[in-house]
Amino acid sequence: MKRYSVFAVAREALRDHMGWERAWASPEPKKRYDVIIIGAGGHGLATAYYLGKNFGITNVAVLEKGWLGGGNTGRNTTIIRSNYLQDPSAAIYEKSRSLYETLSQDINYNIMYSPRGVIMLAQTEHEVRGYKRTAQANALQGVTTEFITPRRVKEIVPIINLDGPRYPVLGGLWQARAGTARHDAVAWGYARACSAMGMDIIQKCEVTGIRRDGGRVTGVTTNRGDIDCDKLGIVVAGHSGHLADMAGFRLPIESVALQALVSEPIKPCMDCVVMANTVHGYMSQSDKGEMVIGGGTDGYNNYTQRGAFHHIEETVRALVETFPMVARLKMLRQWGGIVDVTGDRSPILSKTPVDGIFINAGWGTGGFKAIPGSGWGFAELMAKGHSPLCDAFGLDRFYQGRFIDESVAAGVAH
Amino acid sequence: MLILTCPCCGVTAEETEFHQGGEAHLTRHGPGASEEEFHTYLFAKENPKGVHFERWRHNNGCGKWFHAARDTVTLEVYGTYSAQTLEPPQVIRDAITAKRPGWRWREFA
Ligand SMILES: Cc1cc2nc3c(=O)[nH]c(=O)nc-3n(C[C@H](O)[C@H](O)[C@H](O)COP(=O)(O)OP(=O)(O)OC[C@H]3O[C@@H](n4cnc5c(N)ncnc54)[C@H](O)[C@@H]3O)c2cc1C
Ligand SMILES: [Zn+2]
Repeated sequence: MKRYSVFAVAREALRDHMGWERAWASPEPKKRYDVIIIGAGGHGLATAYYLGKNFGITNVAVLEKGWLGGGNTGRNTTIIRSNYLQDPSAAIYEKSRSLYETLSQDINYNIMYSPRGVIMLAQTEHEVRGYKRTAQANALQGVTTEFITPRRVKEIVPIINLDGPRYPVLGGLWQARAGTARHDAVAWGYARACSAMGMDIIQKCEVTGIRRDGGRVTGVTTNRGDIDCDKLGIVVAGHSGHLADMAGFRLPIESVALQALVSEPIKPCMDCVVMANTVHGYMSQSDKGEMVIGGGTDGYNNYTQRGAFHHIEETVRALVETFPMVARLKMLRQWGGIVDVTGDRSPILSKTPVDGIFINAGWGTGGFKAIPGSGWGFAELMAKGHSPLCDAFGLDRFYQGRFIDESVAAGVAH
Repeated sequence: MLILTCPCCGVTAEETEFHQGGEAHLTRHGPGASEEEFHTYLFAKENPKGVHFERWRHNNGCGKWFHAARDTVTLEVYGTYSAQTLEPPQVIRDAITAKRPGWRWREFA
């Protein structure tokens, strides 16, 4: 793999950009791998990367039924933050956020991490108390957040309307080192780094069955033939229930469509991310100038990658009352992704009832921010059988009633 | 937009008039249940890519609960039926088989 650098850009500029090589190889699947990861979204690719980097396991294949990053990783609104309430969440989300800070250098791929700051607006007394509590919890966890006054909110976001028609802004939870990154680049960067370590990233390869022998995994069946493995990681977000069914168990997960939309591009007007959970909408501005807007989740399980139409109106209504200027914008595109939601709004990083099968799922509406941290912990879990970052997120918590309740921190779908 | 017919009052309306209440036909294990049974009742979701039986409430209408058979991929509604039943009626099953031969759902226990 040739390194990307300012010298490479200069060199290629002088020869009509003819020297760039393919970022990752497209090999045929081999008969057998030590580890197979199903799903080339951010979490699957990051898992493969840290298996190689931290544990020297490189006989790895990542199987993807569509194209790389074509699932939720390429469909999300890219908010990265770590201001959760419970300690196990703070640990994995903050590990993730801190890995994001230097990820571009680490994988030699510009993922455009932009720590522009995230405000979560408090618009009811209940939210004020909730976020003050979160700020205190974060202080104990070593996560830097702060509860700020409406005046500070207005200084940071001049386009905001503090006295909305329904819910005035009473304050906000501010995390200055939270922000956004380029979603596709995260998938592409990890894929390139994995390919450089000799791993096989195989697109258009759909897993249609999981083969077992005496309670142990032996391999998978795909539309490109059978492939054997020692260990299998299921990292397929909205399709987790479908894959678990192939392996013979059920999960505490339901899949729903979550949607987002973007406006026409406009001049820079907001240089941070604002989330308004009570009215249910959030917004940031992309480098192209589009306002990136997060919508709602459907009220019933589905696999449509589209989302119910009436949510668009609800979302836009929420934004118009929070940012009146939005009323004059045209919306350009709308899309949906299938998110995997658990009852306590926390992920599952776990062994499963089948020996050798591990599952990384349940990130629901908010797992983009967690990609590096989840990959780091899940790789350790797959390599060593346990990981301090993952231990609290096992499937056993649903037997023990030991939930990691983040329904407040998850608030709006993000 | 999803369109459902409430079998209780007969009104056909858009999804905004209803509220989905999760998977139907669960066995409500109670006192004396094993951990496994209680876990299955509370948490083990069918979450199928395909035919789904579920509870709905006509909350902006007559307010009553009913059941629906729906496809989670195409959003087609195969039929709605009374909630006063442990299993989907044969007509609903036949309607599904006509559209989706070979469909399956966990045991109706
Ligand atoms: C509209 C929207 C907005 C969001 N906004 C945010 C946000 O602002 N911040 C945030 O942190 N998170 C956000 N999220 C959530 C985030 O996108 C996801 O949690 C995260 O991307 C999940 O990554 P993943 O790698 O687990 O899944 P995915 O990226 O979905 O990857 C799973 C892959 O598995 C593949 N697959 C499925 N079945 C098979 C099979 N049988 N064989 C082979 N491959 C298979 C799929 O094709 C897919 O590519 C948002 C999600 C959506 C939909
Ligand atoms: Zn009715």
